[in-house]
Amino acid sequence: MAEYSIWSVLRHGLTGNKGWKPTWRKPDPKPSYDAIIVGGGGHGLATAFYLAKEHKIRNVAVLERGWLGQGNIGRNTTIVRSNYLLDENAQFYEWSLKLWEGLSHALNYNVMFSQRGVLNLANNPAQLDQFAERGNAMRLNGIDAELLMPDAIAKLCPGLDLSQNARFPVVGGLLQPRAGTARHDAVAWGFAHAADRLGVDIIENCEVVGFVKEGERITGVETTRGRIAAPKIGVAVAGMTSEVMRRAGITKLPIESHVLQAFVTEPLKPLINCVVTFGAGHMYVSQSDKGGLVFGGSLDGYNSYAQRGNLPIVHEVATELLACFPNAGKVRLLRSWGGIMDMSMDGSPIIAKGPLPGLYLNSGWCYGGFKATPGSGWCFAHTIAHDEPHALNAAFTLERFHEGRHIDEAGTGATPRLH
Amino acid sequence: MLIPCPVCGPRDHEEFAYGGDATVARPTIAEQSATAWATFVYDRTNPKGAHQEHWHHVHGCRQWMVVSRDTETHAVTGARLIGAWAEPETEPGDD
Repeated sequence: MAEYSIWSVLRHGLTGNKGWKPTWRKPDPKPSYDAIIVGGGGHGLATAFYLAKEHKIRNVAVLERGWLGQGNIGRNTTIVRSNYLLDENAQFYEWSLKLWEGLSHALNYNVMFSQRGVLNLANNPAQLDQFAERGNAMRLNGIDAELLMPDAIAKLCPGLDLSQNARFPVVGGLLQPRAGTARHDAVAWGFAHAADRLGVDIIENCEVVGFVKEGERITGVETTRGRIAAPKIGVAVAGMTSEVMRRAGITKLPIESHVLQAFVTEPLKPLINCVVTFGAGHMYVSQSDKGGLVFGGSLDGYNSYAQRGNLPIVHEVATELLACFPNAGKVRLLRSWGGIMDMSMDGSPIIAKGPLPGLYLNSGWCYGGFKATPGSGWCFAHTIAHDEPHALNAAFTLERFHEGRHIDEAGTGATPRLH
Repeated sequence: MLIPCPVCGPRDHEEFAYGGDATVARPTIAEQSATAWATFVYDRTNPKGAHQEHWHHVHGCRQWMVVSRDTETHAVTGARLIGAWAEPETEPGDD
């Protein structure tokens, strides 16, 4: 019987709920492992899970500086989608979306994945043409996409302002019906639970302060809880990538850390039943199961390691929300928070072996990290286990920048804050 | 964030456009190494802490300046003009 099921809920309910075990253990670090994952965020935990499940490498430690769910896995707007234009991104994110579709069963943990659809609004005819192109590219990659006119959008999302008096009238939209949202904390807890039950040691409050080198080869890590050896060490630390890699002697990377803010309002009755993005600016909103409007927009736009931003972006994103949903004007903001994005130079990620022997790098997620969580872990685990990338992440190398093989979805060039 | 513009005094950062890491040096036009150019375009130290960065006072005096700012605390500790009007660095609070 699965650990979490209707039967276990009934059984524990009838026995006073005294038999539940912690969903992951709190082991002390062993002196050595077959593989170490630095970073207990979504990507690190997913990597450990797929190493154990797909590649039978179970003597694995995940080292987390703080506690699980402290970083970007708990600081996003929970959107999952694969509506990409370029083949490399489309195929990777579509594989990730397919993993999402079976994730609750694979983990035996309800991640509350809700395929409520992502609707990108077009606010001028040129943008609608661009969405038609993107939708066609998606369908050629086997991804669902539908171009909608305003009457269809009115049926799909009744609360939206579709009047022609709007400052930026909606002329159409691109819908990906299989996209949606998931419960972000449950993703961290679910991967931790499933990896733990396969034998992975999840070690919290364990910061990597240095790397052990034999010649050029990385053979272990120095942590706040002692030295730990492993022949393979994967780094998946998002916005902290540059700082952690500096401890391995890598001083420069094609990455800048930027702060991205997100917001949630007080709970409301159901108003928005899909994810809506605003085309005339940059804003995305969905309504959580608890009723809060969860929304976000652009980066603050300057290098930052502070998990908080400044007020101009709060104002800008809130005005964009009201441009779509004027009926939300009197709703109060409940919380705002910031996460540190590892903005890469072309807006696409890095999942690769290297840059030193024994080291593997998973980074450059920009805004796209949450939806990529299972796909990223799956590809990174494959890369670590086989010492070579899977076809899905073969293009996401660290060397592609110097080689001129960019994967620049937005076409904005080597300016990370614009991706 | 207030940026102590050497021309206009302390102004909100919303008046400025960000120009990125100011420690990245552009190679001379005679440079023929592709690696040197790629390093200039793509590779960053991305420090947590003290950062020298370009800002353009686009809604003010329209001068470019190098601002000293901490990326962990957002504390701005100085700004100096660059280019033809370069002058000594000002401290926050100077008018």
